[in-house]
Amino acid sequence: MAEAESLRIRLLRIEGLPIVAVLLALVAAFMIAAPEVFLGYRIYMSFLATVPPLLVIAVALTLVIAAGEIDLSFPSVIALAGWVLGYCIHELASPWIGFVLALVSGALVGYVNGILVARVGIPSIIATLATQFLWGGLTTVFSQGLSYSLGDVDELWLWRLLVGRIGAFPMQSLWALAVAVVLWFVLNRRRFGEHLLFIGDNAKVAEVVGVNVAREKIRMFVLMGVMAAFASVLLTLENKNFFNTQGAGYLLEVMAAVFIGGTSVFGGQASVVGTVAGSFIIGMVEAGLVATGLQGFWVRAVVGIVFLAAVVGHIVMEEPERGRAVWRALQGKLAFHWKTRL
Amino acid sequence: MQPAQAEAVAQSWRHIVRLEKVDMTFGKVEALSKVDFEVGRNEIVGLLGDNGAGKSTLIKIVSGVLRPTAGRILLRDQPIDLEQYSVRMAHELRIETVHQGQSLGEKQPLWRNLFVGRQLVDRFGFIDVKKEKQIADQLLHQAIGFRGEGITAESTVRDLSGGERQGIAIARAMYFQADLIVLDEPTTALAVNEVRKVLAFIEGVKAGGRACIYIEHNLAHVHEVADRLVILDRGRVVREFARGEISLTDLTNQMIALHEGHARGRS
Repeated sequence: MAEAESLRIRLLRIEGLPIVAVLLALVAAFMIAAPEVFLGYRIYMSFLATVPPLLVIAVALTLVIAAGEIDLSFPSVIALAGWVLGYCIHELASPWIGFVLALVSGALVGYVNGILVARVGIPSIIATLATQFLWGGLTTVFSQGLSYSLGDVDELWLWRLLVGRIGAFPMQSLWALAVAVVLWFVLNRRRFGEHLLFIGDNAKVAEVVGVNVAREKIRMFVLMGVMAAFASVLLTLENKNFFNTQGAGYLLEVMAAVFIGGTSVFGGQASVVGTVAGSFIIGMVEAGLVATGLQGFWVRAVVGIVFLAAVVGHIVMEEPERGRAVWRALQGKLAFHWKTRL
Repeated sequence: MQPAQAEAVAQSWRHIVRLEKVDMTFGKVEALSKVDFEVGRNEIVGLLGDNGAGKSTLIKIVSGVLRPTAGRILLRDQPIDLEQYSVRMAHELRIETVHQGQSLGEKQPLWRNLFVGRQLVDRFGFIDVKKEKQIADQLLHQAIGFRGEGITAESTVRDLSGGERQGIAIARAMYFQADLIVLDEPTTALAVNEVRKVLAFIEGVKAGGRACIYIEHNLAHVHEVADRLVILDRGRVVREFARGEISLTDLTNQMIALHEGHARGRS
């Protein structure tokens, strides 16, 4: 018993281990179900091209949730920053200025969020819901509801550098990896990250130990905005297209990736490694199910099952007491059904 | 300032902290009004008062958590700029506080809790995790409140008992070798023999030539160690007693009288 306990603790020290195991199990299942697709390399290259925007945002959101806050405005940043980039490329032929301005627009959205939450004191779920409408709406106004087709964008150095291919290997996966590594260090090895963890744990404690809570929250929302804008640039360049609802599908997928990865909704605890694995799970399920011959209709249901399994798995691993409670509740229910049926 | 001058200043100050006519209001609620309060450089001051008398507000001002609405703060006889004053600055000026109840992050490991707010960093600004853990493990051996069973620098605060949490908070204050240690009800969650250790710690502060503000509900404990007792009532300093000026019985009667005064006032 004691040995099992110490093994459990040692395994827990390895960040994100349970969810990486789930990811590998999923890949293995797909390999068995659709070997002709999942034993080749092409499907993985395709994931490495499509997952990065999701991953970049999810990793940044992990820091926000670690601090006990939420940002619902990033789908509008995906739209706004994409429009800024598209406008600069399409109308002004200045891709680099477009890139910088896109990031600036994300920083601006984040700064406004930060002020609303940290200085005005509006709960972040409300403040960022409002700014999500505001910036999304303004993007529609700016773009007049039109989209930009950026067909020859792949001749630009910006395109080659951010989303070009080395052989079949997509550049954006390297950028996403870089973002994940940098933000892992920011969260786990920088003062800023430690302050976010304490703010999410208990803001009153953070204050008495000398954390400038308002300033750190503002910095955090700015970082979130810039990362959402960077993701938008990757997405817009990869698609060679801007349309003003391009962020719409991301809200729930990004949040699912973060929570599947084991980050606590209550704040104070976060796993960047888990989020990376969660992002790939979310990004793979759809393609995987189609390849195995199951219909696309199943995608959301399967995501739901994986999601629930992951969340329950985290509870069982991290808090065995609560895990046992879940188990007892299940047994109780089953026993109850059994008796009533008899 | 030249080192020689700094030395002269260091020699000459009398009070580690002095508040002059400090007011603190929260909206319409007056938590402190015209409070004059000082702590000598080697003095143990016991701060007494009913719930809501303003004790915690007072020490939050001293420790830089709250900014007073009016008045002056002097540290080592030097007036400080209230706009600048913060928890971080208090730490730099060697003022350590153990806040009542919550001063630890529940889900964080002990090593983070010991160093948060003044992390040990390398020259690139990265937290030196190895060193922080090493020092944390050393401190755990000496800390008050520990039976030392399977608790390491990696343990999270929520795995600890109330006494152990207090022990960590006090160990943190001890480690940073403050000139003034502020303790807000440090013995609340402790067993009797652990309380003795806290009192011994306070006596050690005195013997080390340093100062302490000690808030405590248990009058016997404060009466035993304090050089001076200050009684707050509804945001004002109402009584002060030097050591030996009042017996424990009289002090107890005084506090009961104050408490009953409130009860009459309310009815």
